Amino acid sequence: MSKPKIAFYWCASCGGCEEAVVDLNEAILDVLAAVEIVFWPVALDFKRTDVEALPDGSIAVSFINGAVRSSEQFEMAEILRRKSQLVVAFGSCAHTGGVPGLGNLYTLDQLVTTAYRDAPSLQTGNGTRPEIESSVPGGTLTLPELWQTVKTLDQCVAVDYYLPGCPPPVQLIVGAVQAILKGELPERGSTLAPDKALCEDCPRKESKPEKLTVKEFHRPHEILIDPEQCLLAQGLLCLGPVTRMGCEAACTRVNMPCTGCMGATSRVTDFGAKAMSAVASMLEATEASDIEAQLARIVDPAGTFFRYSLPASLLHRHYRPQHPEEVRPT
Amino acid sequence: MSEAKSDNKRFEPRIVAFFCNWCTYTAADLAGTARMRYAANVRVIRLMCSGRLDPQFVFAALRGGADGVLIGGCHPGDCHYQEGNHKALRRFVLMQRFLTTMGIEPERVRLEWIAASEGDKVQRVINQMTEKVRALGPLRLEQRMLLHTDLPEPLLETSLEPALVEGGRV
Amino acid sequence: MTRHITIDPITRLEGHGKIDVLLDDHGNVDRAYFQVPELRGFERFAQGRPAEDMPQITSRICGVCPMAHHMASTRALDDLYKVDPPPAAHKVRELLYTIFFVEDHALHFFYLGGPDFVVGPDAPKGERNIIGVLGAVGIETGKKVIGMRRELRGLMALAMGKAIHPAFGLPGGISRPIAPEHQAAFIDVAERAVEFAQFSLKVFDDVVLANQKYVEYITSDMYTHRTYYMGMVDDRKKVNFYNGVLRVVAPDGREVRTFPGSRYLDHIAEHIEPWSYMKFSYLKDIGWKGFTDGPGSGIASVAPLARLNAAEGMATPLAQAAYQRFFDTLGGKPVHHTLANHWARLIELLYAAERMRELAGDPDIVSTHVRELPTNTPKEGIGVVEAPRGTLFHHYTTDERGVIETANLIVATQNNAARIALSVDKAARCALSEGRVDDGVLNLIEMAFRAYDPCNGCATHTLPGTMPLLVRVYDRSHTLIQEIRRDPT
Repeated sequence: MSKPKIAFYWCASCGGCEEAVVDLNEAILDVLAAVEIVFWPVALDFKRTDVEALPDGSIAVSFINGAVRSSEQFEMAEILRRKSQLVVAFGSCAHTGGVPGLGNLYTLDQLVTTAYRDAPSLQTGNGTRPEIESSVPGGTLTLPELWQTVKTLDQCVAVDYYLPGCPPPVQLIVGAVQAILKGELPERGSTLAPDKALCEDCPRKESKPEKLTVKEFHRPHEILIDPEQCLLAQGLLCLGPVTRMGCEAACTRVNMPCTGCMGATSRVTDFGAKAMSAVASMLEATEASDIEAQLARIVDPAGTFFRYSLPASLLHRHYRPQHPEEVRPT
Repeated sequence: MSEAKSDNKRFEPRIVAFFCNWCTYTAADLAGTARMRYAANVRVIRLMCSGRLDPQFVFAALRGGADGVLIGGCHPGDCHYQEGNHKALRRFVLMQRFLTTMGIEPERVRLEWIAASEGDKVQRVINQMTEKVRALGPLRLEQRMLLHTDLPEPLLETSLEPALVEGGRV
Repeated sequence: MTRHITIDPITRLEGHGKIDVLLDDHGNVDRAYFQVPELRGFERFAQGRPAEDMPQITSRICGVCPMAHHMASTRALDDLYKVDPPPAAHKVRELLYTIFFVEDHALHFFYLGGPDFVVGPDAPKGERNIIGVLGAVGIETGKKVIGMRRELRGLMALAMGKAIHPAFGLPGGISRPIAPEHQAAFIDVAERAVEFAQFSLKVFDDVVLANQKYVEYITSDMYTHRTYYMGMVDDRKKVNFYNGVLRVVAPDGREVRTFPGSRYLDHIAEHIEPWSYMKFSYLKDIGWKGFTDGPGSGIASVAPLARLNAAEGMATPLAQAAYQRFFDTLGGKPVHHTLANHWARLIELLYAAERMRELAGDPDIVSTHVRELPTNTPKEGIGVVEAPRGTLFHHYTTDERGVIETANLIVATQNNAARIALSVDKAARCALSEGRVDDGVLNLIEMAFRAYDPCNGCATHTLPGTMPLLVRVYDRSHTLIQEIRRDPT
């Protein structure tokens, strides 16, 4: 019996998900023995045309990481979707947009002008910007077109399963691959990670009060952090209650609040909205002025609650003013 | 001729209202039985408490075509469940800041404390908000997403129904 | 008939890139361009973020060297709040940083750039990858490489939560001390790291230096440029990755300046070309004179070869001996042969391992005093470290709450970008003549950039993504006349 074919591909990614696969270490040799990798650009020599030549549906699983923000990436995602029985969105960026999704707080033009016009170290007098097409002696050079909006993988193609995390924890990757090989997958659309909140797994769980309220919010550098007490109880913006477990509480173990990279449990539509809701409701203050003052200590709601999930959120991105002349400070 | 037509085509804002059962919804009932006239632009959804208001409801409403969202709850101290309205206020404050960051006018989302006997306040608030949102204009998120670009990127779905029916992924 | 050859994508590096080669009427190279095709916009979307979030946000610039960004960012936070971490915190930071260097340099040599030599540039394309390396050096050796990385990553996760995208740095210190019961593990792995470093250098000796053809490639003019070199050094002018000043030497080896990282704007500027998203840095007072080398051009180089050239030695004994042998073999300082980067990288690996061993045994690293709480109002901070791929600058300004107003990042590979462009252009000219393009020729061109271990993801603060390589050759009327496929690794 022939081995199932699998493919790995990265769209707009930092490479951390590929490194996570390399971090399977010796276990990857077992995977290689059980499957036939037909496409893995970082490691093997198969080309886009080789994938296009495969019969539709002949790849058992494609693992695709990275968000989608160019037409090139979109095309590759579409090709792999056609050729694969299953597509797994691998990692935060493919799942919910990831850190690059914060680019959705600005326009493409703003991202470009900051880099190529406003940086203090730019060569003076060099008003050049990268161009989609530029003429040089002897020919024309091209660069791909970028999109205004960073998108998740499932906003571009149908996705069968999600492997969350930035990057996905190695034990979840191993679990997912084994489930696929044994044909023991849950229903389509599922996330291949436990469906409980991080608090369940956190070593500080026992210290979490029955009724958890926060008198005052703190940022991690403002206080000495107790190594054993629940971080929320200490006033830190730990998103554990809203975040899916599976990472063995990697960050809270080292005294840093969870930032939510594993995404939400199945009971939540918009991670950031729910995180805002949970954190706001914990505040002790009841007077309007106290509430305002305390919440002002959360200096960046968008970045704190939506760091990995802005493209997947209900509102997706920042919107231009109704009347362009009324530019509101953001 | 065309001017007359454009007069008839005055923008009618669509406002979704989340009213708490014990206070605001009762007040709205009162306004209705007292035949107080107020703008017909508001669709009311009853929650048992303003503390049930999840920011996801507000964002879903805006994505789903609402030009504004009104939240009504009991005055502080009067909540049927003690603290629900305090939670609503805390969530509302954070939500306003986030909406501003996202370029959506915070005036489109309003929180009011309306007691069960304050039918007149319901009338006043609804009328005011309707005019306010009318002046702001239609929300039109999908148009505001494409900024002077004709890049061939797929538009995001603005209809939420399929996603919500399937259980959560939007 | 002018021809235009596009190599898209280039492979065995972090990130997205392509090379465009324009030929003249005789089929000889008119000019070759190294293009980086993406932008993510970190410098803009950093605006509005709390500064203390930046180590974890900027680490997402690159999943191969997240620790480099995390560390530069943390150093910028120290400066932002004008807070001095306790000595133990510096030591633990440097310890984890050396662990990262050993792991990352090993990754490059065995998985990315090294296969060009270990397996050979002429090897069948299907073998020019880690699997081919395992075949060439044997499975036991291969397991040694995998095992070493596993142990190093394990220590990183132990101390920092995650090896990929750590949660660790704070202004004034680190989030958690190392527990006393874990120190033994650090010492143990460090010992093996030193052995592994020596073993890697031996592989280089046996496989590369003993092969006359490879030595000819290394010393050939095709892969040689005479630029300025920049690297971080300590107060004895020895290579240091974590803390020090930046030293620049001229193509003839003279020291031309030394400056603290905080004064980078006086010395470094960025040039933009329309055909790449990557900006090219250069030495400001010499100026941008175009894509050319020599003392009149402001183009400088960073990363292993440059660091060895710019310093006066290595701070640890075994690495120092290797350093001396390196320069004795290659004819003195400075060495201008780009491919010598592969050798220099292994010497740095050895230094990192020895330094790791020094720090692992230091009783201070299990101190519980690893944080100084900031008390000053933040305004502006600059953090500079040596990333494996070169000097890395993070520069933030904030409001009084410590919320980012501006962020300027000059990333390691940008500091090599101009020289990489030169190297690719020259390699293309030497390798390609009369329009004859084949797999071997293409690989010789790619070897030119691979030696720098570039990180294009970093260089454009972009979203890198590599795809398999396809070369299409078109004539002037855009008719496809030749198509060549080659494997990425």
